[in-house]
Amino acid sequence: MSSFEPGRTETEQLNQLLLAVAEQRDRQAFRALFGHFAPRLKAFVMSQQADAGTAEEVVQETMVNVWRKAAQFDAAKASASTWVFTIARNMRIDMLRRARRPEPDMNDPAMVSDPEPLAHERISHEQEAERLRAAVAELPAEQQEVLRLVFMEDITHAEAAERLGIPLGTVKSRIRLALKRVRAEVGERE
Amino acid sequence: MKIHHHPSDELLLDYASGALGEGWSLAIATHLALCPACRRAVAGMETLGGGFLTSVAPAPIGDDALDIVMARLDAEPQEPAAAPVAEIPRGAEPVLPQPLRGYLGGDAGDLEWRRLGLGAFQVPVAMEDRRTSVRLLRIPAGRPVPEHSHRGLELTLVLRGAFSDATGEYKRGDFQEADDSLEHRPHAAPGEDCICLAVTDAPLRFSSVTARIVQPLLGI
Repeated sequence: MSSFEPGRTETEQLNQLLLAVAEQRDRQAFRALFGHFAPRLKAFVMSQQADAGTAEEVVQETMVNVWRKAAQFDAAKASASTWVFTIARNMRIDMLRRARRPEPDMNDPAMVSDPEPLAHERISHEQEAERLRAAVAELPAEQQEVLRLVFMEDITHAEAAERLGIPLGTVKSRIRLALKRVRAEVGERE
Repeated sequence: MKIHHHPSDELLLDYASGALGEGWSLAIATHLALCPACRRAVAGMETLGGGFLTSVAPAPIGDDALDIVMARLDAEPQEPAAAPVAEIPRGAEPVLPQPLRGYLGGDAGDLEWRRLGLGAFQVPVAMEDRRTSVRLLRIPAGRPVPEHSHRGLELTLVLRGAFSDATGEYKRGDFQEADDSLEHRPHAAPGEDCICLAVTDAPLRFSSVTARIVQPLLGI
């Protein structure tokens, strides 16, 4: 899975395109984003047993929402591909499963704010994302496979176990090992 | 506020991937409002999702898809939509963070609490997805949580006060994941009433008509 790690320049380019859409409503930039994301989004949606026609609808709706919500993109918090992933995830829950996904509201007065990072913790999101992805690319194939199933096919651990024909405990331990390995890379959650 | 009890990685991952159902997700999302560490963990998992989206083999897209989308953009307002700004109520910090407060239509003091016995009260939280049973519980300070049997998983998120059982003490923001093998006899801590969100698998539907009538009365 060598392509799991996008080149640094590609990541930066996509971020720039998305910022151009957010700040200047740049249609050329949007076309370029469409060219990159639409075929990937279609594969992503089709991996959830959606037929091609439905998948195409979800892709179109996702891209319209990328245009609509571009102002909410914060390059300091997430890369363009991560942000588009979250929009596509919510769209497929909405359109394919017709379900709700409750989310916290960043403007809620009850929200406990993020602690100020210590100086040595201040690495850019891009650096962190790169390290995460590099860590995934180095995981054993069986661990990558389980993570891929969970993310691409939007299925629970139990469903992943059924799909792979392995016990639920094995799925859980593979995911735990994978997350532990990936997390060691970025020093998450004390 | 220091949170000691967090949701498991499995739950956070299913929330990040989108596989988790509405009721469980409500407990996770409300915990996230109170827990920057878990927000960071979920953001990391979403970064993995972004990586998988990048690495997937692209599927051919319809020739007219771009034209259709560009035409739809013409119908959109020209100005970029500003990030939504929620109305921030004045005064004290709400007991119930979003998204829970929105589901209930008000904060803890605005709700119609129903008597549950032993001085405890509850408010059911309406879900579109009926596979879970979701409710807010209020347990009087120092009292035991009323006997409740449940099948499968039970998630509990403390929002005010505290409770403790054999597994430890749970305060605001703390999250407990219990299956039916855990025999816990939680007690609310003395001092103030304990308010917590409880999510369980939906109760089994009894086939007899009597049971169907009695079941909602018992609140099981």
